[in-house]
Amino acid sequence: MAEKKLLKKESLGQLFEKLKSDGRRILAPRKKENQIAFEEVSSPEEIAKEYIQTTTSAKFTVFPPCEELLRYRFEDKEVQIEDRKLDPPPTVIFGLRPCDAAGFSVLDAVFSWDYQDAFFQSRLEKTSVIGMSCNEADEYCFCTSVGGGPGNTKGSDILLTRLGSGDYLAEIITDKGEEIVSLAPDLFGPAPSDQKDEFLAEVPVRFEHKELTTKLGAFFDNDLWVEQSLRCVGCGACAFVCPVCVCFDIQDEADKNGGTRLRCWDSCGFSLFTLHTSGHNPREVQSQRWRQRVMHKFSYLPDRFEIVGCVGCGRCARSCPADMNLVEHLKEIVETK
Amino acid sequence: MDALRKKARELLESGDSEVIIGYGEGSGNRARAIFVQKPEETERLILDDRCEQNLAVYLLKREVKSLGKPAIVARLPVLRTILQLAAENQLSDGDVAVIGISPDGELVDLPDFKAIEEYVDSLPLELSPEEQEQLEKIKNMSIEDRWRFWTDEFSRCLKCYACRASCPFCYCSTCVVERNIPQWIPVAPHGQGNLEWHVVRAMHLAGRCVNCGDCARACPVDIPLNLLTQKLDEEVFSNFGLKAGTTSELNYALSTFKPDDQENFIR
Repeated sequence: MAEKKLLKKESLGQLFEKLKSDGRRILAPRKKENQIAFEEVSSPEEIAKEYIQTTTSAKFTVFPPCEELLRYRFEDKEVQIEDRKLDPPPTVIFGLRPCDAAGFSVLDAVFSWDYQDAFFQSRLEKTSVIGMSCNEADEYCFCTSVGGGPGNTKGSDILLTRLGSGDYLAEIITDKGEEIVSLAPDLFGPAPSDQKDEFLAEVPVRFEHKELTTKLGAFFDNDLWVEQSLRCVGCGACAFVCPVCVCFDIQDEADKNGGTRLRCWDSCGFSLFTLHTSGHNPREVQSQRWRQRVMHKFSYLPDRFEIVGCVGCGRCARSCPADMNLVEHLKEIVETK
Repeated sequence: MDALRKKARELLESGDSEVIIGYGEGSGNRARAIFVQKPEETERLILDDRCEQNLAVYLLKREVKSLGKPAIVARLPVLRTILQLAAENQLSDGDVAVIGISPDGELVDLPDFKAIEEYVDSLPLELSPEEQEQLEKIKNMSIEDRWRFWTDEFSRCLKCYACRASCPFCYCSTCVVERNIPQWIPVAPHGQGNLEWHVVRAMHLAGRCVNCGDCARACPVDIPLNLLTQKLDEEVFSNFGLKAGTTSELNYALSTFKPDDQENFIR
């Protein structure tokens, strides 16, 4: 059982000071017009007040949209390769929702599958998560259907739950969490009660994910894929706001003297994603790409790693220009006779 | 709404149309595109202020095309899109039955492109006061401030291409960003890649945009992309007197050569 403490709301500022003087940058949700995004903050006052979810996820902190992997130069007939030095800044992600925090383990499963991805791992190692339980949810939230919950501790090093008083119940979950507490032990007092359930949002279970995974095993040729995805316009918004979509593309930016090799986010929603050099495209229409998106998350990843490739944050549906609503479609699949 | 449903039902029952592309209830109090193929399902059609998406984007989508002859619920931006697509040889008269919708939500009978042209001609095509105001604000910035404004906006771009996918005029089978021999535009979502993409997108839509606003609405990170194409539309109009989506005849200012052109640099 995680150790439970009380963190007073007025102590947050001091905690931030301690984290900063320990050399860590703090990323937290900030509001700018209609967007709420994880950005560097120096005090708790800069953090967005009321929000269900940030517009984009915190995935970029460990897996940026575009990153340099190496540089190369052509010298005479040789190629000189310069590896990138990996020295990510120690980072605390503050206010990460439990769904997003759980998402890091999905990324980790893929990036340490048969090869340890140093770019990802070096960032993850330097990252600590002070999660924030959800007091509120909306109709797009479905964490409880994919094994999570509004107060789920998975992926957080410390999980805070805002109590009625405005103070926080702090659950110290990992060694990294202990380390943060040890920076400012005085700020973490005894918890008056270890009950947090009454302060958590209600997120009804919409489907059983194990049932879905079983169902998908024999669903590949179903006509429902076409029906569901007729209105999908084929952009990558869902994948790029998703905290666990992990597909990337390797790009070289080069001239005659050499170049830079980059890793950039990619999306299975794009027609180009599977286009072969020959011109053949095994996923030539959008319904096949939509099917891949669902199958990857709810069939292939569970089969391979025993994890669901979705944390139920609902961002894909909130951002979709065509209102493709993932949970609605998953429910429909489960309910198909 | 009843008149719309009745009209849609008639089209399906008579066999004149096999699918109605319209709006239905979506999630989070949003409307979404629906594709109605059965007369009894026309009850799902709705029409109100939430019905903003430019449905014409689906007219060229392969899987929608395979459903058979379409009818489309068409407010002004969709009507203009149909004319512009016709002018660009992407649609022929009779390809799609148009269920015209007036600005106050009444059905308008528009049997052919000619009728759409006349109807569009009768409506004001100016930007709304809010759109004007936004555009003015940017026009009044110094060049340095404008540069900062757009580089700041583009810095959020993730290259998800929702702007492209939601635009009915981005129908190229291979987009310039997908051409890599040579690589015209950097693929990566870094400063230069984002800037070049948005400049190319806006330039390619110059004078072709019908101001439906879907590029901006589609953007998950709220980049006001419609301002770029609105501005270019204004430029094309003031220089050539042409507005996109007003005629089904090819009359595109930036690709039409006229022997009697008043400029002589081109001769």
